Amino acid sequence: MKYDTIIIGAGLSGLAAGIRLAYYDQNVLILEKHTTIGGLNSFYRLRGRNYDVGLHAITNYAAPGTRTGPLAKLLKQLRLRWEDFNLTPQKGSAVVFPEHRLQFTNDFQVLQQEIAEQFPDQIDGFNKLTFEIEQFDDTNLNQPYRSAREIVQRYITNSTLEDMLFCPLMFYGSPTPHDMDFCQFVIMFKSIFLQGFARPAEGIRLILKNLVRKFKSLGGELKLRGGVAEILQKDGKAYGVRLEDGTEFECDVLLSSAGSLETYRLTQAEELTRPEPEPGALSFIESIYALDKMPTDLGIDETIIFYNNAPRFNYAPCEEPADLSSGIICSPNNFEYDNPELVKEGAVLRATVIANPAYWMNLSEEAYRAAKEEWFPRILDKVSEKVAPFREHIVDTDMFTPKTIWRFTGHANGAVYGAPVKHRDGQTHLDNLYLCGTDQGFLGIIGSMLSGISIANLYVLSRM
Amino acid sequence: MTSEQIRQVIIDILERIAPDEDLTNLDDSVAFREQMELDSMDFLDIVMELRKQYRVQIPEEDYGNLVTMDSTVSYLEPRLKDVESAV
Repeated sequence: MKYDTIIIGAGLSGLAAGIRLAYYDQNVLILEKHTTIGGLNSFYRLRGRNYDVGLHAITNYAAPGTRTGPLAKLLKQLRLRWEDFNLTPQKGSAVVFPEHRLQFTNDFQVLQQEIAEQFPDQIDGFNKLTFEIEQFDDTNLNQPYRSAREIVQRYITNSTLEDMLFCPLMFYGSPTPHDMDFCQFVIMFKSIFLQGFARPAEGIRLILKNLVRKFKSLGGELKLRGGVAEILQKDGKAYGVRLEDGTEFECDVLLSSAGSLETYRLTQAEELTRPEPEPGALSFIESIYALDKMPTDLGIDETIIFYNNAPRFNYAPCEEPADLSSGIICSPNNFEYDNPELVKEGAVLRATVIANPAYWMNLSEEAYRAAKEEWFPRILDKVSEKVAPFREHIVDTDMFTPKTIWRFTGHANGAVYGAPVKHRDGQTHLDNLYLCGTDQGFLGIIGSMLSGISIANLYVLSRM
Repeated sequence: MTSEQIRQVIIDILERIAPDEDLTNLDDSVAFREQMELDSMDFLDIVMELRKQYRVQIPEEDYGNLVTMDSTVSYLEPRLKDVESAV
């Protein structure tokens, strides 16, 4: 069987790419290794409750009718309506450090005001930094690497404020420790501080469901349990795939959202002939606490809290199984929903901390269970220091580790934001094989869909 | 298609790719970009929609003809003269 385009991975980027191509009458097949769609952003049901895999908030919020920006661009490109995502803005979030607490909402002036009050000698620099960020063209696929720390330090001379700005941006998108590529920093700054957080009451499943419905209505084919064993190639050109069950499919173009290293390995089924791309190393442990009361009824009003207890914020893989010095606490209930009862996850808090991937990946089944038993309460203790008491109201829990992420997505180390080196132009060592998704380098939910769209436009549609 | 029909085809495409734009006061002699929020992704869509609906191929070197409504219609007129309008 031959397709115009085959896409590896039915996550947000693969589905978005698939919609673009199927809309223009391409014969498209999306192959998903797992039994369900979504990749790094999927959803599941456990003991009668619905959960999103990792969704805290969707960044890049724009109000209905907004004509510019990533969300507007995305909806136009996919011919979707604003209601298809049903995004509800956040209530308000905070970056909490030992001596300072900066609140921010989707109104950028709130953050400016907070900085002006708490760091009065830094506000001019912050406004100049914001201006540089607004002028920067982050959609250009050929921006060279520049250290975000170096650029930010030109404007912000207080290291606490510097860390407080980096903290949410790194936690929500940095594949690299300590520092970020300035382009990635700009993408994250715009998407979190300038545009802001939102979420559909139904969670990620609403977006995934609408993407799949659109893709199938355009004639696209989706194959679950369709893990790729090998990318077929001849004379430096990819021409198809062989699945784990032995089936072969041919295609003119192959798009892969599997990751740069993971895709590379699929092209080298027998022996490795060149150095492998470096895998990502940043992964997380997420604890989920289902509650018998809404967080606001317990006095927890923030949408998301990014906290750090250390003298400097240390965003890096840790030696310990988990890094308890910093983390994220999110309540999916704390968005401006018309009816909070519609939140599919129910009353819930989610807590995220940096994890040591090698530790979790290498444990035996039994030791793994024991390690979860040990770390779950330790993380809960830390989280409890940051918000009003909620422990008595926990009615069910779940926890995932780098190993869980690896098992469900195939991403090496369970790396949530992919490899440290991004391939913004999507090119690989083979012709007709292009990367989309996390390792192409657009970030977040909206970014990952734009990644699929951009690569489909660039290498398929504009060449038709 | 007549030039009036071609104009309507373009209006329909613009409505589809930019549903929130008000096109009633579009000035046919002024660049689309100056009147609406259109980026290169949107221009690709104009080209692709024409191809999808009317099988007209527009090579990349001709994209410069799609700047205004007037220039787009006059560029498409000879290419669509034997094509029936679907609108």
